[in-house]
Amino acid sequence: MVAHLLSLKWRLLLNGFRRSPGQLVGIAIGGLYALGVVVALVVALVALRWADPQTAHTAVVLGGAAAILAWAIVPLVASAADMTLDPSRFTTSVIPMRQLLSGLALAGFIGLPGLSTTIVALFTAATWWRSVPAVLGALLGAVLGALTCVVLSRVVTTATASLAASRRFKDVSSIVVFVPLVLMGPIVAGVFRGVSGSAGYLPELARTVSWTPLGASWSLGGDLASGDVAAAVLKMLIAVATIVALSAAWSALLKRALVTPPYSGGSRKRSRKLGLFALLPATPAGAVAARSLSYWIRDPRYAASLVVVPLLPVIFLFQSSTAGSYFMLTVLGPIAAFVLAWSIAADVSYDSTAFALHLATGVRGVDDRLGRSLACLAFALPVVLIFAIGPFFLTGEWAWLPGLTGLSLGVLFTGLGLASIVSARYTSAVPLPGDSPFKKPPGNVAQTLAVQFGGMAVLFLLVLPELVLVIVQSVTGDPLWGWINLAIGTVLGVALFVAGVRLGGRWLDRRGPELFAQLSVNR
Amino acid sequence: MSVVLPGSPPAYPVPALALRGLAKRFGGKIAVDGISLDVPAGSFYGVVGPNGAGKTTTLSMATGLLRPDFGTAYIHGVDVWAKPLEAKRLMGILPDGVRLFDRLTGEQLVTYAGLLRGMDRGVVAQRVGELLAALDLSADAGTLVVDYSAGMTKKIALASALIHAPRLLVLDEPFESVDPVSAANIRGILDNYVASGGTVIVSSHVMDLVQRMCDHVAVVAAGRVLAAGTVDEVRDGATLEARFVQLVGGGNQTGGLEWLRTF
Repeated sequence: MVAHLLSLKWRLLLNGFRRSPGQLVGIAIGGLYALGVVVALVVALVALRWADPQTAHTAVVLGGAAAILAWAIVPLVASAADMTLDPSRFTTSVIPMRQLLSGLALAGFIGLPGLSTTIVALFTAATWWRSVPAVLGALLGAVLGALTCVVLSRVVTTATASLAASRRFKDVSSIVVFVPLVLMGPIVAGVFRGVSGSAGYLPELARTVSWTPLGASWSLGGDLASGDVAAAVLKMLIAVATIVALSAAWSALLKRALVTPPYSGGSRKRSRKLGLFALLPATPAGAVAARSLSYWIRDPRYAASLVVVPLLPVIFLFQSSTAGSYFMLTVLGPIAAFVLAWSIAADVSYDSTAFALHLATGVRGVDDRLGRSLACLAFALPVVLIFAIGPFFLTGEWAWLPGLTGLSLGVLFTGLGLASIVSARYTSAVPLPGDSPFKKPPGNVAQTLAVQFGGMAVLFLLVLPELVLVIVQSVTGDPLWGWINLAIGTVLGVALFVAGVRLGGRWLDRRGPELFAQLSVNR
Repeated sequence: MSVVLPGSPPAYPVPALALRGLAKRFGGKIAVDGISLDVPAGSFYGVVGPNGAGKTTTLSMATGLLRPDFGTAYIHGVDVWAKPLEAKRLMGILPDGVRLFDRLTGEQLVTYAGLLRGMDRGVVAQRVGELLAALDLSADAGTLVVDYSAGMTKKIALASALIHAPRLLVLDEPFESVDPVSAANIRGILDNYVASGGTVIVSSHVMDLVQRMCDHVAVVAAGRVLAAGTVDEVRDGATLEARFVQLVGGGNQTGGLEWLRTF
């Protein structure tokens, strides 16, 4: 039975590759990334072979503890837990609990995260290549540690399964997780500074952690290398007890999960509120705009792309404060304009097959394009203006204001026009409605990358006039060029926006059914 | 049973839906193999067929969702593929297996369908209220469609198809996962609609339902029409189910499975 579960997981993984060559490319990219991380860690572990025992012990124990924590937390916040072997799917087949548990636990090792963790963990043996007991201890610790990772992550996901199945929790958690991710740079820098300030404290921390379930298994090799057999035995007992306790908890949770189907409903509401549909004009374009704006607010996939925007100034402020000059802040406007305008380049793909409604009602392509762009513009224009003007209160170099505002507006309008064309013609692989924004989207990743980067290249060419004017201003130092840029950016941008909406609308009218057929492939 | 030639234009009286030589190939598989069919105005027309017979593909091509490789469809004489906007005004469709804009509330979704068709806000508001009441969804009008049950989702999609008072309704599997009370409810609405001159086309697996509900039926298998006409003509004295199995073939293997009686 355990073998069956393993082969099932393996088959599911392989069949995932077979769906399309584009997907294979996507997985290959993910695999290369994982390989890079694994190789870097393995090299570090081998290099630690020649470090003094205390440093090696500290690094291995703290790194291992971090890995266990990551296994517990990431599936929870990313709601990207690997549910290919969702226990609730085995409800109807009678599998003894013990075999189900061991099968699911071992299946957790099949897949990139499980495999990478195992390989890196086993290489701690290289670090402790100092005596035979140390190597054996490290290997045993690696097995126990990796098993703890997988089982702990299963316990966490099973415990929160009913919570995670509720739509509201999914929506919120998937957005919240973006915040630390976007702020990764500043956070890592801050932690690094804190750590290097208190380096002397780390070995002490590692010693303490090594007596807890988080670090016990990772400490075996180090303890045996320094000849502390008694500590090694005790820690091995701690590690084994951890796994036993986690398994018991998992088994209990699983028993409960198998008989209580997840509840995902919300409360019934009778309200008579149409929201934005009552506010915006009752035209097809107005309705599309109202629908899009509702989605910007309610759909976490859209909200996730917006979370980046308020964090942009934070990142740039951090960078400026380390660089000591606020000049970098002035590009905030153009960058925010690009991010916001390009966010609708995959708008139809986000609709997925719900786009059938647009096709069935025979809404004109121009109305569709215009509604989506205006919805984005409704919040993008104020944000871009604030981001374009705000930094000058810090820098005081007001001579640059008109030029960079022109560039920002140019990028915003041109980008919206181009995005209207791109999303009318090409589909991108995006998470399906209701999925986590983090989830690996189905479909042709290669085409998505080609479309996205090709579109960005074209956008760069289209805003070249504004960019050239900025350069001219910086060379001549004449603020007149800035005012010209403001005029050109606005006029050219709006003209390209109108052209983009019309061309995209015409393409949509002509190729609506073909676009819908492409969307139907990835549902 | 009427035979329709692929090249002939719709005859008089103009049928509500006329398919002429519709064909579609997906890769190496021919999904629809030249279907020609007339659906008389004012009829309640059932399309039945086994799984993979090409029902959904045919209806998608007839409603402008999927471009046919050959042939075309006429809605009340309007060519769907030559004048799509005009044809789409005449029909309301409930496609099977597509998503809805489910982050809208039920009320918003139906309103959206109405406004997309360029209808007046006041008319839309009035019709949305009546449709939700008729389909017993008023209590959930403000709930997001994503939190609806499968049957409620079908009903709200049906409401979106009805909002502009179309002359032809094309419903792909409208009764799937709908509870019996709601199904009776929907049938009542559709019967009234047909009685007042509208035309309904439903595809279904459930022969009993089609026999009781529809006055015309077409049996489709392997991308072809095997029989079409009034229900009485097609079933020819037998039950529709027996006639269907006879037409489609197979399914008579009641032998074997002896072990199933041994317990």
